[in-house]
Amino acid sequence: MSIEIKVPAMGESVTEATVARWFKKEGEIVKRDEPILELETDKVTVEVPAPADGAIESISVQAGSTVQVGSVLGAIAEGKSGSVSATPASNPQAASPKPVETPKPAPIAAAPAAAQPAVMPSVRRISEESGLSPAQVSGSGRDGQVLKGDMLAALEARSVQRPLAPAPVTLHSGPRANAAREERVTMSRLRKTIAVRLKESQNTAAQLTTFNEVDMSAVMALRAEYKDSFEKKHGVRLGFMGFFVKACIAALKEIPNVNAEIEGDDIVYKNYYDIGIAVSTEKGLVVPVVRDADKLSIAGIEAAITDFGTRARDGKLKLDELQGGTFSITNGGVFGSLMSTPILNSPQSGILGMHKIQQRPMVADGGKIEARPMMYLALSYDHRLVDGREAVTFLVHVKENLEDPQRLLLDV
Amino acid sequence: MADSFDVAVIGGGPGGYNAAIRAGQLGLTSACIDKRGAFGGTCLNVGCIPSKALLHASHLFDEARNEFPKLGIKATVELDLPGMMAHKTKVVGELTKGVEFLLKKAKSEAIVGEARITAPGKIDVKLKDGATRSLTAKNIVIATGSDVAPLPGVTVDEDTIVSSTGALSLKTVPKRLLVVGGGYIGLELGSVWRRLGSEVTVVEFLDRITPGLDGEIGKNFQRILGKQGIKFQLSTKVVGVEKTSAGLSVTVEPAAGGAQSKIDTDIMLVSIGRIAYSDKLGLADIGVALDSRGRVTTDAYYKTNVPGIWAIGDVREGPMLAHKAEDEAVACIENIAGRAGHVNYDAIPAVVYTAPEVASVGKTEEELKAAGVAYKTGKFPFTANARAKTIAATDGFAKIIADAKTDRVLGVHILGANAGEMIAECALAIEFGASSEDIARTSHPHPTLSEAIRQSAMGVEGWTMQM
Repeated sequence: MSIEIKVPAMGESVTEATVARWFKKEGEIVKRDEPILELETDKVTVEVPAPADGAIESISVQAGSTVQVGSVLGAIAEGKSGSVSATPASNPQAASPKPVETPKPAPIAAAPAAAQPAVMPSVRRISEESGLSPAQVSGSGRDGQVLKGDMLAALEARSVQRPLAPAPVTLHSGPRANAAREERVTMSRLRKTIAVRLKESQNTAAQLTTFNEVDMSAVMALRAEYKDSFEKKHGVRLGFMGFFVKACIAALKEIPNVNAEIEGDDIVYKNYYDIGIAVSTEKGLVVPVVRDADKLSIAGIEAAITDFGTRARDGKLKLDELQGGTFSITNGGVFGSLMSTPILNSPQSGILGMHKIQQRPMVADGGKIEARPMMYLALSYDHRLVDGREAVTFLVHVKENLEDPQRLLLDV
Repeated sequence: MADSFDVAVIGGGPGGYNAAIRAGQLGLTSACIDKRGAFGGTCLNVGCIPSKALLHASHLFDEARNEFPKLGIKATVELDLPGMMAHKTKVVGELTKGVEFLLKKAKSEAIVGEARITAPGKIDVKLKDGATRSLTAKNIVIATGSDVAPLPGVTVDEDTIVSSTGALSLKTVPKRLLVVGGGYIGLELGSVWRRLGSEVTVVEFLDRITPGLDGEIGKNFQRILGKQGIKFQLSTKVVGVEKTSAGLSVTVEPAAGGAQSKIDTDIMLVSIGRIAYSDKLGLADIGVALDSRGRVTTDAYYKTNVPGIWAIGDVREGPMLAHKAEDEAVACIENIAGRAGHVNYDAIPAVVYTAPEVASVGKTEEELKAAGVAYKTGKFPFTANARAKTIAATDGFAKIIADAKTDRVLGVHILGANAGEMIAECALAIEFGASSEDIARTSHPHPTLSEAIRQSAMGVEGWTMQM
């Protein structure tokens, strides 16, 4: 019996995904729940597990194609692995007498499903030889059919982009065409989403940024003193983020507008504190959310952030971990930034920008100049909802909570 | 019967009757008016169909006499010209009846009579009995086709000086036949009578036969026809003809001017082309615009300048081909019905039904050179094709012209047996923007003549395998 492999539901806002790659080839034996392909969405990559034990009967959507939630990706011929199955290709016993067998490459698009447009023979050859999927080429034929000429033009554009040898340096005096010196690549889904969201954010909120600076001596001293015992007990490193999250939550409780959002004509005050932590990955920025961070200990927050960090870099974050959030924190300091104006993570009303800790001469009590580990803080906020006084007060609270962490303990 | 229609089509040829059928399919009431009395137009009555009947019969006669001995068949054959003509007449009769049936099936009223448009939406039909029937129609489609172009100074009597119509019904095989005009009509009818025994001479004003066909094809075609015994006088014009006691004395002179000379013949066929049939329809009175060659001017949707009046087929611009008229009929009626009809003029094939046949679709090398388009060609001769050898029809070759950069097929030209059947594949390729490689990578059955198409497609990129 044949079972369809379908695109699973991947969260409320996600309706389509791109097939990143197939782990299995047609004819290969799979176990139920074993990952068989990877989908890329706006936010994360999702592995699709096998719906049943059996052999991959067909792969109807090739890597690079865009698919909708619920659409069919292929089929599995159901049957217990190892037992006699319907097709010789999927019978491991038949293959067992030949232990060293070079696997045949899976036929690429040899039998396109009825729903897919027919690929012209020349296009199929060029696609297989070059790895350029016709899906990535805009077709000039009937109903957008990709013709050989379209493929050749796309390949030519590609080879111009990536010259095999570095071009000899020549001096040009006058203006000239720059196409040959530019590289044009399609935006990844994540990059596209980032672009759209950021611009949406800027177009909606009345954004501006207020600055302050914090003397990190106290937090650093605390950290130096307890970091070993902390790590021993909780199994996570004691970093700065836990303090910042706590400091922000205390300030958010004082200034509820920063933790609110505008929805139509209403202001929605959030009586919970879901803090988004911006994590930089190779593919781009993601903002996983620490839920109910006010109820977590510093150890709990540190553990959550560490876990997000590793999984974000592996592309293993789940979609629901990236949704929601009432306030965000971004740390440009890890890359050396001294000052920045973060963009709001819409529809939130506030985002805290952390920066590099730097020894700076500060005027201490009694007019003495002392070297202090200083960090500039930035709060970008939606001025529609948050007044300047509130924003400045919020940031001062954060500063005070960090310069004197005992305040967090006493809630003052 | 009702005298009011959604669509009234004037002309019952391939354009007209197909327009009426399509109208019926799309739920429009229609009438198809034709003055001839038998539907099917020039094509069916005095064109494609009767000529193909005679071409086939005369080809078999010629094969039996000249080719059978080479294949190990001994036979004595004898011409029965009245019998051959009867075959032709029977085919024409059956097909015209077929058209009437199709019109009936499409619930289109077939009206025999001469139509005249009296005003937009109004037609008077002079019936056979002399009475006049007035019709109204929301849309009038002019599909009146074309007529034989006259040769200045020569009067066609359809006895010894004939048009294609007369040449299809000669009572006896003339000893000598002079064909004026080296186009496809003259060459087809010249071939018929050559095979049946006439001495055929073709006089052509231009320096080549079949103008419009690919030059390389034309040159080889003329050489093959020459081997079959047809004589050619190119760059020559006919300036007059006199009836003598021995037949006709035709005066010719070089096209560029110069000394005149005489050619004696029994029958002269005037086949110098066709002209749009646009007079006697009352078009001038209602202001329908014509071009300098008397063709009805239309836009890309087949609309004339007068609202509600449309034109398709030979009566408007473009090649005078039955299938072109048929394509336009479908598109025009679909436009009338509010749909989107269109015709791709780059993918209309043309065929000369001689032996070997000549078929082409798309651009010729000459056209591409003139347009400055860089192209590649691939060629394959039928002498290297297995099926052509088995049927002893190895004359000719197939040629594919493709864009030098994109490899898209721009033109296909075939000189060879069955070329007319094989060109349909190439029209489909052009219609769908195929490259030469697409044809080369498409399976073709073996052994067939169509393999030559595939091999020539391979030749475009230099991988012809069977030569």
